[in-house]
Amino acid sequence: MDNLLSLVTFFPMVGAAVLLVFLRGDDAQAVLNAKRVALGVTIVTFLASLAILGQFDPSNTDFQMVEEAAWIAGLTYKMGVDGISITFVMLTTFLMPIVIGASWKVDKRVKEYMIAFLVLETLMIGVFLSLDLILFYVFFEAGLIPMFLIIGIWGGKDRVYASFKFFLYTLLGSVLMLIAMIAMWYDAGTTDIPTLLKHTFSSESISVWGWQIVGGAQTLMWLAFFASFAVKLPMWPVHTWLPDAHVQAPTAGSIVLAAILLKLGGYGFLRFSLPMFPVASIQMQDFVFVLSVIAIIYTSLVALVQTDMKKLIAYSSVAHMGFVTLGIFSFNKQGLDGAIFQMISHGFISGALFMGVGVIYDRMHTREIDAYGGLAVRMPAYALVFMLFTMANVGLPGTSGFVGEFLTLAGVFQVNTWVAAGATTGVVLSAGYALWLYRRVAFGDLIKQSLQNIQDVSTRERLLFAPLVIMTILLGVYPALLLDLIGPSVDALISNFNDATAGLINAATAVSE
Amino acid sequence: MIGNDISVILPELVIAGAAMMVLMWGVFVKREVGPQALWLIALLFIGAGGWIALTGRGSDTAFGGMFVNDAFSRFAKVTMLWSGAAVLLMSKEYLMRAKLLKFEFPVLVALAMVGMMMMVSAGDMMALYMGLELQALSLYIIAAFNRDSLRSSEAGLKYFVLGALSSGLLLYGMSLVYGYTGATGFAEINQVIEAEGLPIGAVFGLVFIVSGMAFKVSAAPFHMWTPDVYEGSPTPVTALFATAPKMAAAAMITRILFDAFGGAISDWQQILVLLALLSMYIGAIAAIGQTNIKRLMAYSSIGHMGFALMGLAAGTELGVQNMLIYMVVYVATNIGVFAFILNMEKDGRAVTDISALSLYSKVAPGRALALLVLMFSLAGIPPLVGFFAKLYVLQAAFDAGLAWLAIAAVIASVISAYYYLRIVYLMYFGEPVDALNGKMPVLHLGLLTVSSAILVFGIVNLFGLEGYAANAAAALLG
Repeated sequence: MDNLLSLVTFFPMVGAAVLLVFLRGDDAQAVLNAKRVALGVTIVTFLASLAILGQFDPSNTDFQMVEEAAWIAGLTYKMGVDGISITFVMLTTFLMPIVIGASWKVDKRVKEYMIAFLVLETLMIGVFLSLDLILFYVFFEAGLIPMFLIIGIWGGKDRVYASFKFFLYTLLGSVLMLIAMIAMWYDAGTTDIPTLLKHTFSSESISVWGWQIVGGAQTLMWLAFFASFAVKLPMWPVHTWLPDAHVQAPTAGSIVLAAILLKLGGYGFLRFSLPMFPVASIQMQDFVFVLSVIAIIYTSLVALVQTDMKKLIAYSSVAHMGFVTLGIFSFNKQGLDGAIFQMISHGFISGALFMGVGVIYDRMHTREIDAYGGLAVRMPAYALVFMLFTMANVGLPGTSGFVGEFLTLAGVFQVNTWVAAGATTGVVLSAGYALWLYRRVAFGDLIKQSLQNIQDVSTRERLLFAPLVIMTILLGVYPALLLDLIGPSVDALISNFNDATAGLINAATAVSE
Repeated sequence: MIGNDISVILPELVIAGAAMMVLMWGVFVKREVGPQALWLIALLFIGAGGWIALTGRGSDTAFGGMFVNDAFSRFAKVTMLWSGAAVLLMSKEYLMRAKLLKFEFPVLVALAMVGMMMMVSAGDMMALYMGLELQALSLYIIAAFNRDSLRSSEAGLKYFVLGALSSGLLLYGMSLVYGYTGATGFAEINQVIEAEGLPIGAVFGLVFIVSGMAFKVSAAPFHMWTPDVYEGSPTPVTALFATAPKMAAAAMITRILFDAFGGAISDWQQILVLLALLSMYIGAIAAIGQTNIKRLMAYSSIGHMGFALMGLAAGTELGVQNMLIYMVVYVATNIGVFAFILNMEKDGRAVTDISALSLYSKVAPGRALALLVLMFSLAGIPPLVGFFAKLYVLQAAFDAGLAWLAIAAVIASVISAYYYLRIVYLMYFGEPVDALNGKMPVLHLGLLTVSSAILVFGIVNLFGLEGYAANAAAALLG
């Protein structure tokens, strides 16, 4: 099949269109049909993406299965996959059936809900597969529309504030990137990403309104892209939309947000910032390191004092994303491998944690930590699953969380010992807030009257947790599964990066010493 | 000789003649023929648009260069005629309910259309002014068409006074230019400028001309009339204001700047940059506090004209091409939005308060979805066509070295996203209120659907719009 990538990308959208056009009525049968169609579509998409994985050749570092067609304004519709993007595509298609399954209890405007998630899936896959700058931007930004509606319609009580904040924050970050994209289009004469990866953007120092810009055009473009990716990821200090959005979003929305949408920022750094603006990336390394370390320590401390479970996990996500940026900007194999690994593993773990919160929220309709306690007594299975993911979140060896954090820290350690030391304190703090959360929710005596009749996880919920448990442990004990897939592409990225910055690295290290 | 001239302006003659005939018919027939007249004129617009689109070839001039028929004017004319027809057809139910559907309404619209077609085809200051005044006088009257309503009369009067002022500015500028260059024809003026540079007096003239034109396109700081006129006029008239005359004014300003002052681009570029910048920000910020959807659309139009002028400020062929694309997308979106607004009513009374849209998606999911698409497109969010329209003008600005203006523009677009989002928010997750309960005629529903479908499916190839706009721009600058 020549256009497998497009098929996988747009299949969920077709499913959404079918729901929109053909599904009528609000009765229980129609609602059930909407859920079944959505589940079926996401499962088929996952199976189809397995076909991509089957055809994919990890040893080839070029883009594979490329599709190309002329588009408007001299742009091209171009899709392709390499070792980095395929992992994110697989993460997306793998998680989406679980997301739909986790929404089985939604009873408000179910048809629209399923349509929004299916559209969102198309857009997320599209981001990872697009090989044209503007096409990338279209997929990247279009995701705001369904996400705005998901938070706004199915969210909690402050959903209006959260949805506006989410939308405007991310939009503001992204429009600057759009300008930089137009600038790149101009400079290189094309929007073709493979060509741009080989293009060298000027790094001659320039002066703008009296300001001396070291790294010149590269630095300006890097900053514009950074504005967008830093908001998406999110990095401190532009992370404040995330806790609001997470707390107000429905469970499935939180899972998508934490597990996939945040990764768009990290993917952007890997696809654009590093390979296209290598000189600027080196210039900005310390800046990113400082922000990341602040993010790790500060948000971990903030997480410690949260009373709302979702908020706590949201802040912990920001801290974990700090490791990702550290790994990416250490520019070495361990760092980059670790960053990608951390993103994928965080996708499984944070998704499972939000689902864990959703499970008890469905039963008790509160996310306050104080409202729980002693759940292990009546919900042993739940307590076990939640413990596994709490430990994975902390980075316990044997879970995928450990591999990611260890590799990133190993990568950073080679570049800057102090930064690595600072980040390691974050690991300790994460153990603090995560274990404390677990203790307050699951352990102790079951004294709360309201909890006396709480039910353990149902079969549906067990089925949803199972794949996440398997992946977390599998990647924890056999990380090569993922590392072999991304390895050659990461190697190619690093060698191109080193070629582009040869001579500069010495200068940069001389400065930092 | 005269036969040739006539054949060049045949479409205008036919419409003018038809307007006269309908006028006679209306006067001499005893019963009210408003609905029939409206259909007649609308079909004539559609036919004339198709005729121009299909048969127009090359460039012709008539009456010694007074009138130019080239790809550029044809592009504008087809847009104006078809959007004018759409607005006329949408007006019928509203006007009938308000007992305003007199036969004079379509006649005046037809006359305004002739004026607009003259404007975009003018090759001489005199011809331009004639077209402009024919259009403006007709529009003054229909702004005040609901003469028993205080707001409508006020709107008409305001529009007239400020419009007359802007016409005065324009005339004064034209006379200065004539005085210093000795010519009224665009080509002759440009010859003088290319030969001797722009005389200082003609620079004054240019500033007055651009100011007068800025009134017509409702660019800040000459935008003050827009919100009041949009609000006060009967809604179909507002819909008309938001579509065809905007296209006409934008095309007119383009032609005069490039044909007559093409040798002095650097002189007018800075004025346009300022107009564009102010319009974008005033449109974005002032709309935030609006509660009336018609006023909101007025500020929205100011902001969008800012974007269009940014394309023009580039001063290049690419800029003109992309400005034309922007205008067409804007007009197509507005037709859909006004098809919606025209049917905002509760128990037979028209409602213009935005908060009445609360949870509208539960009342009419299809219509709410269409308006959602329109609003996100106006906000310039991909993948809707409104995003590509913005991308085109940003690209043109960047191409002309106006990167800072492009940056300012995207920030303005984020600010303006707020109020478009607010409408979506109200429709999808607002507080429950007494719902609107207007029935939507099939035709309106069709226009709303087509408009929003265009914005979604246009992403594939913009329906070939790029090629037509490129031809039009090449005709003007080539």
